[in-house]
Amino acid sequence: MVVFEKPKALTDTVLHYCPGCTHGIIHRLVAEVMDELGIEGKTVGVAPVGCSVLAYNYFACDMVEAAHGRAPAVATGIKRSLPENVVFTYQGDGDLASIGMCETVHAAARGENITVIFINNAIYGMTGGQMAPTSLIGQVTQTSPYGRSAETQGYPIRVCEMLATLDGPAYLERVTVNNVKNVRNAKKAIKKAFQNQLDGKGFSLVEVLSSCPTNWGMTPQKALEWIDEKMIPQYPLGVYKDKEV
Amino acid sequence: MEKVLMKGNEAIAEAAILAGCRHYFGYPITPQTEVAAYMAKRMPKIDGVFLQAESEIAAINMVYGVAATGKRCMTSSSSPGIALKCEGISYLAGADLPALIVNVQRGGPGLGGIQPSQSDYFLATRGPGHGDFHVIVLAPAAVQEMADLTYKGFDLAEKYRMPVMLLADGTMGQMMEPVSLPEPQEIKEAPEWATVGTKCQRKHNIANSLYLSPAELEQLNFQRFERYAEIEKNECLWEEYLMDDAEYCVVSCGITARVAKNAIAEARAKGIKVGLIRPITLWPFPKAPLAAAADKVKSFLTVELSMGQMREDVLLATECKKPVFACNRVGGMIPAPEEVLAAIEKMTK
Amino acid sequence: MRENQIVIAGFGGQGLLFSGKVLAYAGMVEGRYLSWLPSYGPEMRGGTANCNVILSDREIGSPIVNHPDILMVMNGPSLDKFEKDVVPGGKIFIDSSLITRKVERTDVEAYYIPASSMAREMGAPSLANMVLLGALVKATDCVTEEGLDAGLQKVIPARKADMLDINRKMLKAGMDVL
Repeated sequence: MVVFEKPKALTDTVLHYCPGCTHGIIHRLVAEVMDELGIEGKTVGVAPVGCSVLAYNYFACDMVEAAHGRAPAVATGIKRSLPENVVFTYQGDGDLASIGMCETVHAAARGENITVIFINNAIYGMTGGQMAPTSLIGQVTQTSPYGRSAETQGYPIRVCEMLATLDGPAYLERVTVNNVKNVRNAKKAIKKAFQNQLDGKGFSLVEVLSSCPTNWGMTPQKALEWIDEKMIPQYPLGVYKDKEV
Repeated sequence: MEKVLMKGNEAIAEAAILAGCRHYFGYPITPQTEVAAYMAKRMPKIDGVFLQAESEIAAINMVYGVAATGKRCMTSSSSPGIALKCEGISYLAGADLPALIVNVQRGGPGLGGIQPSQSDYFLATRGPGHGDFHVIVLAPAAVQEMADLTYKGFDLAEKYRMPVMLLADGTMGQMMEPVSLPEPQEIKEAPEWATVGTKCQRKHNIANSLYLSPAELEQLNFQRFERYAEIEKNECLWEEYLMDDAEYCVVSCGITARVAKNAIAEARAKGIKVGLIRPITLWPFPKAPLAAAADKVKSFLTVELSMGQMREDVLLATECKKPVFACNRVGGMIPAPEEVLAAIEKMTK
Repeated sequence: MRENQIVIAGFGGQGLLFSGKVLAYAGMVEGRYLSWLPSYGPEMRGGTANCNVILSDREIGSPIVNHPDILMVMNGPSLDKFEKDVVPGGKIFIDSSLITRKVERTDVEAYYIPASSMAREMGAPSLANMVLLGALVKATDCVTEEGLDAGLQKVIPARKADMLDINRKMLKAGMDVL
């Protein structure tokens, strides 16, 4: 008999995420990977500032809450202190690609042996829907009410493509979780990113295109479709770096 | 131990290693770069970690990460770099994590200069970052104290689970004097609160400063300030010099306290009964000896490399009972003993 | 009570800070109180550089030398800058190969030693500082000759031990001038 269970690496705390938000799926995938690799007891996670700021309550492993954008630096400290442990960060687009871009790029350039789960939903969720560094051209947000304009607000940043120019990273892949097939692929990528760390391969980052129905002003179903229609053309799925290959 | 001749910055680095610090993160800035250079050489040979961070901000957050794992760790910088670290220092304080932050001060504001200064006194003593908190602030006035207070700083940080700042100035960092180095300490096991992995045998530990419930956050602040009250009671350090019969009292720390000692010797030779109180902890500020002196002396003179930042603490500690005169030099200028002597003589008139 | 307040000044790269360190180590070997304070900053690269050394029988207050009783200078700008600060009766040691002018003050003792020429003739042009230092120690007794040698041994790292003899030779040459 197959029983559908909650992963052990998740606590019993009820998630605070909005209905239809894909953070829950991604939390679950990370926790399933911890269970399958048997690493919960030696993992230290780093939570960001953003919607997933309370992630430290949800993962059952030891957790450290970082200042906004500083998770890769905090993770570097933890990993250098505990090289035998597993250290991951879980960060949104504002945290990783805006205020924390410096820490992101340098941790990647050092090939820091950590795992980064990067949630790209093209918007600042927790503060109520402001423009993100990954917001699309034309995207309406609270701080781009007339749509993001390239002339005044510049262009969205493709993180995986940018980091792929560095020699440091071991593995960079962009996935999404907007249908069952994509969820399965996302889990494979996340598992690989953790396995890489166990194998000492170095910096591994999985970018997950995620939905924000509340701040996008869409139904959950429509939001998942929007990922296919709008986000993937700007942020193509795929492997951008894999040192094995 | 046999005395060795060392620069103040090197004494900090070696004393930190002897205190069991094996993790150093920093970013180059004059006049403290010798700390990083020393660590870069030594750490790899003792299984320690030296990492030149991409920024001051990254460095303090790496410290935060190591501190969460319960190990002794430090960063060092000079004034402009310390300003960048303030965010991280506030998070360390909010998460009740121990760490040592060295500030070898230079003149400001802005990019300022690179010569000695004490103008980060307010920044250090009023809580270097946002929110209600303190760090213990230690002010060395000799290379020996650069070593001793670094060593002690780690113990204090761990005892009270809070950041400690060694607040030196460029002179202390650059000068050489003979030093007796302290004994090496055993590296301790991680404390129970450390985030080192649950081994699936306990509830998860969380290093965190986020509390969305105002009532809970208030309680945590109250508790922290109870701890601060203990520190104010137990950890004040100061030196008194020729205070027994003093009719006038100079108050000064760091390099200016040493200049003041020369001036006091000359004033004594002229028959002026003047002494010195040198605060060694700037927070907690040694209020008791100053309050006692206020009942005894005719007036005070603060000698500082700032526009009178410590003078405010002297006014508070003495409850303005006696006049507090000031001798201030800034921008990297250091008063000559004659200048301090003139200020002492003026105070007596 | 014996106390010497020493300023050693010249161009960056002339080994001025090193000379000060030798004195400081010598003082330490002799069990005296001492401090050594360098100038620091961008001027260290090719510009003027100086260090303050205090050797004393009592605890040292300020490590900053405002009024030296011993001044050693290896370039003109340093003599211009520090001559007026020397206490009456103080001693000034001048590399006369590099500084053409004479001391203007009449209340100090000036020693003109062609240190750079001597060092060049002895095949060690970069050690003029040690020639001048030898003369300084001989004329002031701020440290003993034995102390100076012990200090030299401390300041030259073991991996450069072959440098010891040439440094000794230069110090000796400086002493022999007087």
